[in-house]
Amino acid sequence: MKSSVGQFRFWAIGLASVWLTLFVFFPNLLVILTSFLTRDPQATVSLPINADSYVRTLDLLYLQVLWDSLRMSLLAMVFCLVVGYPFAMAIVSLPKRWQPVIVFLVILPFWTNSLVRTYAIQFILGNQGIINKALLGLGLIDKPLQLLYTQFAVILGLCYILLPFMVLPLYSALEKLDVRLHHAAKDLGAGPLSRFWHITVPLTSPGIVAGCLMVLLPAMGMFYISDLLGGAKNLLLGNVIKTQFLHTRDWPFGSAFSVILIVLLGFMLWLYFRASRFVSKQGGLNGSDF
Amino acid sequence: MNEPRALLNLNHLSKTYGSNRVLDNFDLTIFDGEFFTLLGPSGCGKTTVLRMIAGLEDTDTGSIQLDGQDIGQVPAEKRPINTVFQSYALFPHMTVFDNVAFGLRMSGVAKEEIAPRVAEALEMVRLGDFAQRKPAQLSGGQQQRVAIARAVVNRPKLLLLDESLSALDYKLRQQMQIELKRLQRKLGITFVYVTHDQEEALSMSDRVVVMNKGKVQQLGTPREIYEQPANLFVAKFIGEINQLDGEIVAVDGNHEYEVKVEGLQWRLHAEHNFKAGDKVNVLLRPEDVRVEYIDDPHPDQYLVGEVVERNYKGKTLDSLIRLPSGIEVIASEFFDEDDPSFDYSLNQKVAIKWVPGWEVVLPHEV
Repeated sequence: MKSSVGQFRFWAIGLASVWLTLFVFFPNLLVILTSFLTRDPQATVSLPINADSYVRTLDLLYLQVLWDSLRMSLLAMVFCLVVGYPFAMAIVSLPKRWQPVIVFLVILPFWTNSLVRTYAIQFILGNQGIINKALLGLGLIDKPLQLLYTQFAVILGLCYILLPFMVLPLYSALEKLDVRLHHAAKDLGAGPLSRFWHITVPLTSPGIVAGCLMVLLPAMGMFYISDLLGGAKNLLLGNVIKTQFLHTRDWPFGSAFSVILIVLLGFMLWLYFRASRFVSKQGGLNGSDF
Repeated sequence: MNEPRALLNLNHLSKTYGSNRVLDNFDLTIFDGEFFTLLGPSGCGKTTVLRMIAGLEDTDTGSIQLDGQDIGQVPAEKRPINTVFQSYALFPHMTVFDNVAFGLRMSGVAKEEIAPRVAEALEMVRLGDFAQRKPAQLSGGQQQRVAIARAVVNRPKLLLLDESLSALDYKLRQQMQIELKRLQRKLGITFVYVTHDQEEALSMSDRVVVMNKGKVQQLGTPREIYEQPANLFVAKFIGEINQLDGEIVAVDGNHEYEVKVEGLQWRLHAEHNFKAGDKVNVLLRPEDVRVEYIDDPHPDQYLVGEVVERNYKGKTLDSLIRLPSGIEVIASEFFDEDDPSFDYSLNQKVAIKWVPGWEVVLPHEV
């Protein structure tokens, strides 16, 4: 008995470890190594080892891209949170048997390639798109609004693609929230807003942080969104990396950006674990700062 | 003693979930300053009544008046009523201090008044040193006391307790019963307690209402309910009771009856009005049953039974005695220090009697 369970565990963990080593650890190691090599037109990369690529990322131009993509991703995150929280609350307030149906509908768009869905947004926002045609038809505007190829379009695209990643962790946090705590707060004189602020928000903070990270982290790298919706000016960090690898063929420089992105995301994940441990172990936010 | 003042009036409360009638035209008056208990088996509607008083449950019909004011439409957060929940429902993300301070902060009590009042409430439940702990760092009994402090700190007109001791182990529960009673006397707040534990209800309450299937079965002091149960349900729910079948042979007037029980004719007292030929239940508490050796002289008539079981309970010796009719009677006797031979062997024939007048005679129910 014990040996068969032990064997299963051995193979399961063993396979996962081999998989992760081969396809996650080594590639990342290669990226890190590449970032310290020198660009070579013939062999793609060559020695000597140096940190030139990192020095070059400090260029104002790239810092601007970093700042822009961070800002757009943060805006997308905030927007997803503002839309996703009430939405998740609405799902939780439904009868239990309807909740999985709605969650399924939230996940459903994943079955269509996100590239295709991004093209669809292009058709909606374009100068000949639905919105402009409708507004022109109604006589509200004289010439088409520039909706496509703006920061707004990029943020909208990010929100559209990433909203489910916000809704799902929020839903799971809200669903676990003990309704009896709400009754207790009500009994102690807390109105709807106070209950939301003092009970719901602090107790779902792990879900809020998780959702925010699930939106923020991928948003920084979603180059095809800004390619299709942002034009040449509204770049995400992912666009820079893509360009270095596919067009400029400067692998060390692209790798250096990748490493920076990974470190950035790793730092945010670390913050998340700090936050969730804080909440679960100590019970989280202190109520004394009412 | 002056007339008790009605604090809470429940008038014709009804509630139906689907096809399940949880409360059926329920009326109740609770007096100011009393320890009142709603007692009944699970599903009898007692918790629903409590939640209606708290404002956490809507009424289908009927009205709720507090101090003469209709509070039916007042939301829970605006009622001067607080609850100690069965699950305690302490806020896990707040310290003990913040839990207790929550109600005060919500009602806008001045900041400098909050700390002393919280400290006082925690002191009252002997948790003064635990203010900075989180609920998860406390034992069940301590959490229970925080829940009580969190409710009483608001000085409510009415404190509701929903099976508040049921999660505690026996010893702790006994201790908390005494503490609750002491606290209630000290604060002078009206307590409405919900429980399915009849022992708890009897030992703590000034008055008890026994409920079943959404209806009042009996309302009275613990003593009235134990000694004068209004019906078979109450008699059986409150403590152990022996049930013998009888038939009224003759009415002697003034609630005195000749009743045939187990083949013998007895002169019994009953609060109900019966006529000759009525079937009745004669109920006897185990501690009211007397068991004697059959060889001893007996001036009065007695039933003969056979000892089929003996349970040593420490304080008492409980004997299960089978009558010739097949009915089994439990007799619970205190040890008599002067009688070293006080014990029965299995299958021994014994004489059974009871103190006349301690029986309860009710109309026959199945």
